[in-house]
Amino acid sequence: MSKPRFAMYWAAACGGCEIAVLNIDEKVLELDAHFDVAFWPAAMDVKYKDVEAMEDQSILVTLFNGSIRTDENEHLARLLRRKSKLLVAFGSCANEGCIPGLANLSPREQIFERAYTSPSTENPDRIRPQPACQVAEGTLTLPPLQPVVRTLDQVVEVDYHVPGCPPESHQIAAVLDVLIAVVKGEAQLPPKGAVLGAGNSTVCDECPRKRDVKRIDKLARIQELPPLATDVCLLEQGLMCAGPATRSGCNSRCPNVGAPCIGCYGAAPDVLDQGARLMTAIASVVEAQEPEDIDRVLDGLPDPAGTFYRFGLAHSLLRANRAALAEKP
Amino acid sequence: MSESAFEPVIIGFTCNWCSYRAADLAGTSRIKYPPNVRLIRVMCSGRIDPTFVLKALADGADGVMIAGCHPGECHYLEQNYKALRRHRLLQRTLAQFGIEPERVRLTWASAAEGARFAEEVGAMVDEVKKLGPLNWPTRPVPQSEAAAEVAP
Ligand code: SF4
Repeated sequence: MSKPRFAMYWAAACGGCEIAVLNIDEKVLELDAHFDVAFWPAAMDVKYKDVEAMEDQSILVTLFNGSIRTDENEHLARLLRRKSKLLVAFGSCANEGCIPGLANLSPREQIFERAYTSPSTENPDRIRPQPACQVAEGTLTLPPLQPVVRTLDQVVEVDYHVPGCPPESHQIAAVLDVLIAVVKGEAQLPPKGAVLGAGNSTVCDECPRKRDVKRIDKLARIQELPPLATDVCLLEQGLMCAGPATRSGCNSRCPNVGAPCIGCYGAAPDVLDQGARLMTAIASVVEAQEPEDIDRVLDGLPDPAGTFYRFGLAHSLLRANRAALAEKP
Repeated sequence: MSESAFEPVIIGFTCNWCSYRAADLAGTSRIKYPPNVRLIRVMCSGRIDPTFVLKALADGADGVMIAGCHPGECHYLEQNYKALRRHRLLQRTLAQFGIEPERVRLTWASAAEGARFAEEVGAMVDEVKKLGPLNWPTRPVPQSEAAAEVAP
């Protein structure tokens, strides 16, 4: 009997999700034992046209990482949706937009300006990438940027969500175990729409740090603060931490080693908008009543949208800056 | 839509103990104020999660008003200070989304201040009228507008 097919694809992503899958070590051999890898650009050479030639629904499961930034990303999202029985939004980019989604705070022109003509870029002729370019051998093309970054489920139907930037390897291994059990007929598929490989609470809930004052009179960056206590909540010590609004599943990996949670597992269960929930949490604990005192504390957060929505912007209620959203494709 | 014909939709969150009673008083005293505001009563202005504001704006509101008890007079001691802090933080964030500060107003009105409440609504409606519709691009298109868009 032939093995069911597996695919993995990266759209607007950094490649970290691919590394995270390889980090499951010898477990990856089990993947190979139970699946035929039909398409996985990071691991093997299969062309888009080979995928196009596959029968619809002939791939059992596709792990799709990366957000939808270009026409090419969208084309592949639609193609893989058609070819796959189960499409998994894998990692923060596919689920919430992640770091690429932060570009939604700027219209495309500003993004190009920043990337190709800012002082840190040597580009005296102000050359910009073009969708098409003539060279001696013919025409070279690049996929155009869409007005804003979208998440996978804003473009096609998604069956499962695996959050994280990147998903933790032990969680990936657990998801793989479920898939293998299903293939062997030993388990049922989880209900459609389920979040796999994550917890059902907040990072604070898993975090071992003590929190009892729940009051802060300053917010600052880590290098501006005195050495921090190792067993007290970082937020209480003045460091912005996204733990209160972020889904558990990472075993509070960052706060454990003295770095604040930055929110990569996305919104906690039943939270509609991760950034809004964080604003609620932070504003609640700020110890100030007069507008000037409040502002003094808030001045310690120079980029609130970028901080609260570091991972969740594209999937937030507003999704993007108004000017960027209003742009024509 | 010409500017004069634009009637903004404003969602008004009022608290059970002060500002909702102020609105009630404005009504029973027959004080006139523009009908653009749709009031939602909550127990306390401290209950207003920025999520509510963002959802209103994303779903088609042109502005949001949050009204609570005066500082120092909160029925739950100091939750209106929480509302104040959330408002100031939300304003900073909204600026990065390109949303003008006039669209999200925080105000105080005691149960005896029907006239003040009416004035605040009037002032906010004027300001939002000047700004024009928000029309958040991802908002669900109302049935009537959707029909108009397909019609030849
Ligand atoms: S805010 Fe951060 S440091 Fe504090 S308990 Fe939550 S996760 Fe831990």
